[in-house]
Parts: sequence; C-alpha cells; structure tokens
Amino acid sequence: MGQVFEGCVKVIVPCGSLGAGVREEEITYGLVAGAQAIATDAGSTDSGAAYLALGKSKNNRGAVKRDLTILMKAQAWSGVPIIVGTAGQAGGDLNLDWTRDIVLEVAGELGVTPKIALIYCEQDRETVKKLNAQGRIKPLPPHGELDDATVDSCEHIVAALGVEPFIAALEAGADIILAGRSTDTAVIACYPIWKGAPWGPSWHAGKTGECGVQCAVNPTLGSGILLSVDAQGFDVEPLSKDNQCTPHSVSAHMLYENSDPFRLVEPGGILNVSQARYQKLNERAVRVVGSEWETMPYTMKLEGAAAGLYQTIMLVGIQDPDVLNDIDGFHDRLLEALYTRTRQSIPPQELGEFHISLRMYGWNGVTGVQPPVGTLPPPEIGMLFVATAATQEMANTIAQACNPYFFHYPSVMGKELPSYGFAFTPADIPRGQIYEFKLNHVVQLEDPFELVRIQWVDLCEPVLAEKGLG
Amino acid sequence: MVKLRDVCRHVRSKQAGPFWITFDIFFDGRENFERYSQSAALSSAQFARLYGTDPARVKHIPVADLEMVKISYPRATPQGGMVERDMHAGQQYVRLLDVVLD
Repeated sequence: MGQVFEGCVKVIVPCGSLGAGVREEEITYGLVAGAQAIATDAGSTDSGAAYLALGKSKNNRGAVKRDLTILMKAQAWSGVPIIVGTAGQAGGDLNLDWTRDIVLEVAGELGVTPKIALIYCEQDRETVKKLNAQGRIKPLPPHGELDDATVDSCEHIVAALGVEPFIAALEAGADIILAGRSTDTAVIACYPIWKGAPWGPSWHAGKTGECGVQCAVNPTLGSGILLSVDAQGFDVEPLSKDNQCTPHSVSAHMLYENSDPFRLVEPGGILNVSQARYQKLNERAVRVVGSEWETMPYTMKLEGAAAGLYQTIMLVGIQDPDVLNDIDGFHDRLLEALYTRTRQSIPPQELGEFHISLRMYGWNGVTGVQPPVGTLPPPEIGMLFVATAATQEMANTIAQACNPYFFHYPSVMGKELPSYGFAFTPADIPRGQIYEFKLNHVVQLEDPFELVRIQWVDLCEPVLAEKGLG
Repeated sequence: MVKLRDVCRHVRSKQAGPFWITFDIFFDGRENFERYSQSAALSSAQFARLYGTDPARVKHIPVADLEMVKISYPRATPQGGMVERDMHAGQQYVRLLDVVLD
C-alpha cells in the first residue's frame, strides 16, 4: 500500500480534545488550505479512571456542543468528514451515546443531515474473561497475568481502536464518525491511510497532531494544526498564523506522555521514528521524513476502570506559629491522635478497615516527603484531611469523629486550644469513590473488527421519507 | 557542586498512561548533555530512591538530537488511588532539580 501514492492528504486537527475550544477562523484557514478531513480525540486516560467508570465526560456539555457546532457547520458547507475518537473523555458506550446525543441536537439546530457512524468498542466482562481463558490477553509491564476477579472489579472495559474501523466507516460514506476509545494517533492517521498514504508518515502525523497546537512553539496561541501527508513524509503547521512549528517543537512532542520516545505500539504495528528527520519548511511549518511503520500481529489495548472505597475530606488553613515551627512533628502527632480517636469513637465491627491521611499543602502536600532539614517555615499551610472507608457513610462518620481534633489539636500541649481556619460549613465534604484503572493488557486478534460494533444514524433518510410521504 | 537545575534548560514530568510516569530532561547545550546524561545521579537506583519504583523497570533513553534524556518508570501507587497526591505526575520532577550531578 502507498507505493504509487503521489498525492497529498491534508487533515485539520482542530484542538487537543473536543470541547477545549475550537476556533472557527482556524477551521476556515485549514479548509481554504485544502483540508480533506477534520479529526480530533475527545479525551484520554490522563485525568484518571472516574470518567470511564462513571461513563461521564470531563469536558463540559456546553463546551463540547460549541465545538461540535463550529465543526458541523464547516462539515455541512465543505463536505469534509469529522472524525472524533475517545468520545466523551473515556470512549465507553455511555460516553459515546452522550456525544451522539449532542451531535443530534446540533444537527437539529443547524438543520443539517449528516450520515453518522458510531463505532463502539466497550467490552462486557464475560467477553473479556472468555478471551483471557483462550490465552489471547497478555499483560503489559508492570502488570502480570489477568485474572477473572480483576475483570469483575471493572465497571466498564474498552478496547482501544486502531485505524481499520474508522476506514470502514469512511468507506461507507460517513460524514461524521463518533468512536469509542481509540488510540490518539489512530483518529488522525486513519484518513491519510484510507486515502492511500504510507503508514509510517500517517501514524507519525497522528502522533504529532494528537494534542493539537501542543506541538507548536507556543501552545497557548490558537488551538489546532494542519497536517499534510504525502508519499515521503508529512508537513505540520499551526492553524493560527501568528504561531510556528519548529523542528524542535515537533520532535519534542514525540516525547510527550510517552514512555519511549522512538517506538509507539499501535494496533497492528509499531511506529518507529528513530530515523525520522525534522526540517524547517518555512517560518511556520516543519517537514518530517523517515518515519517507519513495522507491521506486527494485531492487538488492541484494554482499559478497565473500577470503583473502590469512599473518601471524605476536610480542609483547614493554619498560620499558628507553634504548628509552623514544627510542621512534621505536628503532622505525626495529629495523625496518631486521629487514628486513636477514630478507634475509640466507632465500634471496630462497624469501622472495618479505614485509612486517614493528612496533607500539608504549602509544606510538602505534593510529595509527602519531608523537606530538607533547615527549610524555613512558610507563612501558612493548608491541611487536607482524607478519610477512606468501605462506605461513604463510614468515611463521613470518621471525619465527623475526627473533626474536633482536626479543628483544635495543639502543637504544643498545655496552652489554650487553637482553632484552625475552616473555609466551609459543614466542614466534612463527602468526596465519593476512588476510581482506578485495573487493566494494562492487550488482546490478540486475527480480525480488527472482532471487538467492534458499528452503528449508523443517517439523518438524511427520515427527511427523505418525510418528503416522500408529503 | 553542580545540580541538575544548573545544567538543564527544561525538566518536566508527566503520566504516560495510568501506570507509568515519564521525565523529560532537556540539557542546556551539547556539552552538558554529553557530560551529564549518563550521570549516576540519574540512574535507576536514584529513581528507586526518590520515587519508590522498581529499579529494574526504569527506562533511561538518551535522545541526542534533542540533547535530552527520557526516563520512565512504573508508578509506585496507582493513578487516582487512595494516597494520590499528583494525578498527572506533573510536579514529580521538582525533587530531581536539586540532585547533585558532580
């Protein structure tokens, strides 16, 4: 594939994530420059497992709708397809349906009638256990073999899509593709690959563009980029005329959020950029050649999110000089007092296993590691209390039992009790469950479509039917 | 006494998927890259000590064209877990800045 490819395929990546703020003038610039598709992801695992576990979007509905409105207007007048991967932040079925409903609402408001492909890749637990029993699921480091209990602990499981289902939807004439969890790269690489461009430059262009303008010199100037893939390589430029891509900004992006800077494992192969060369094309654009695609047995990466224990938090601000003169000692004494207080206040058979942590913001809240000896005290600290227990009620009960100590515990005994600065009433805030990703495995597949379901919503059809009836 | 902060133009840390954290250490110029990129102060043992990871799993990959080293390691605790303090791992690099290279 690609040996006789002589053209150039241009793809707009309008933003780093759908809902981040697409700019209409940038889309116009890209379309005028000859773009044939608009492709973006709508999420990632970066912000944690809650979004997959709950089927919720991280980006606000209004923000996603605003972006979709701009893109769907552009789609309607230009005819270029819109490709969205990892819909609704996590790409589970609920996340995808949430996005579909917004698209249908926008279509109604704009009076447009696109043909919409919905590519689902959520997996039920029984399917995953069956695949595992067949020996087709393999762990990625640092994980071990998968067991059924881990699968059962997951609220939702998705298999990250490669380019093939996107290509099938394009081939069938989709105006808008909304896909479940996809690799960030596949969402962008699918279009040039469908048009016959070579796989190495297509995948590398996808990786370069996955975060929109992040690969440019100034990631706060504008939102999107334009990729142009041809037989030898690809070009990249920001969609805002006052921003630039440089060989450094583009090559450095290959490092971003990636544990290996040269090799990126994707469904069906590995993108190898160890021989890639980055050249300045003009003041704003960079050309990249030498990207290679190594075909491998087909795999899809599984992601599964579990909901666990419950937490309740409290926060106080402290300027008390006795505390600030001995923050680490105060932390240790108070924490011990809170554990003792909890065990004395709540019968053990009700309490069950629990955990309390205190985080001293302004001192070592980010790390929990003691600052070097001799570090001067800050003018104040924020102290966060986190209780973890099997139920929300028990986490609340622990926080309420600890409240008087958290509020008044003195750093130096024998003085009048201090009162630390609560900002809220009630003081204890039920925070909900802990969400964690549980799977770090790939599933081996002969057929890239085995775990994929494609559904269609063709808004043209009912309109035609109505006309026919009229 | 040379610290990492003295010989780098940029150091960053970020999550690389839910189970890995990756550091990008951009040296200030070719000379600093060549002199310090293989420093024992940036070894697997150092990352095990500072970040509680398994030293056998630490990846250390120099990228000469960019005069940088990428160092990646598995998280000691899961992202978003009970004791999480830095969901995106974006603040983890700071502890490395004062590491003495020689």
